[in-house]
Amino acid sequence: MTNPLRGEVIRLYKNLLYLGREYPKGTAYFRERLKAAFMKNKDVTDPEKIQKLIDRGDFVIKELEALYFLRKYRAMKKRYYEPEH
Amino acid sequence: MSARVLVGVKRVIDYAVKIRVRPDHTGVVTDGVKHSMNPFCEIAVEEAVRLKEKKLVKEIVAVSCGPQQVQETIRTALAMGADRGIHVEVSGKDYDALGPLQVSKIMAALAKKEEADLIILGKQAIDDDCNQTGQMTAALLDWPQGTFASELTLEGGMLKVVREIDGGLETIKIKMPAVVTADLRLNTPRYATLPNIMKAKKKKIANVKPADLGVDVTSRLEVLKVDEPPQRQAGVKVETVEDLVVKLKEAGRI
Repeated sequence: MTNPLRGEVIRLYKNLLYLGREYPKGTAYFRERLKAAFMKNKDVTDPEKIQKLIDRGDFVIKELEALYFLRKYRAMKKRYYEPEH
Repeated sequence: MSARVLVGVKRVIDYAVKIRVRPDHTGVVTDGVKHSMNPFCEIAVEEAVRLKEKKLVKEIVAVSCGPQQVQETIRTALAMGADRGIHVEVSGKDYDALGPLQVSKIMAALAKKEEADLIILGKQAIDDDCNQTGQMTAALLDWPQGTFASELTLEGGMLKVVREIDGGLETIKIKMPAVVTADLRLNTPRYATLPNIMKAKKKKIANVKPADLGVDVTSRLEVLKVDEPPQRQAGVKVETVEDLVVKLKEAGRI
């Protein structure tokens, strides 16, 4: 029996993998940890629990986007603007 | 409003990459190096998308000049919300020599051809740091310019631009059509996530050559040499204030 949320989980994994390409510690590091995190929960069958985990994954996506933005913003600010700014 | 916005995006070496000068000192190593959209261009695209979301602008056209690879950069702009792309094909020696003068001629020609009402560019590229393309484009089109924009509002047919200048902020009002260059604090660009990139594959990217636009891309500049900045000398640590005074006297500073 294929869980209807299977598609969502795969979508989440692909999105995170795509985001991981820019991870500061390297793509390989990110991919290892991403796979481990997903594998840890591979036997969960309760749809409610799966949805909660998917929501957590979406939250991680937002955190990564924020991390990338801040990193870039701070680098640009440091390179192009006087310290008083 | 039926305004059309042209956004220029440049493919540059990613900001986080450690740059290395080529052994022959003719430039920097670009082969196999991660490239991405210039951060200021991202801010420019984001501003255009926000204007469209506020229904102040009808269509966003993303433009980039360069070889095949710049299509990636145009796709990122499309994923962020641009409607269609224009890839101006420039490759090889022409691409190495492509600078603000050539790009601004191309942008001006495209602005006329596409009947654009607004051009938004990044204020400068992080690879050449020229900070010239926006200004040159405005001059070639004889359009007003709002450079270093940290805030942009449309009021009637006029643009109110708050500019970041030395010593503070300057607010100006300019008539459309106009050229605006984006500064760091204009907005927070959205990330082009995988689903958006997939959706953007349906959007069209037109191919065009500089000759089709009547633009001559020969450069008037010749790069003679590229060097790394001088290595920073290691600092010297001293134990006491007396030592510091002795060292400063030795260095002839006091």
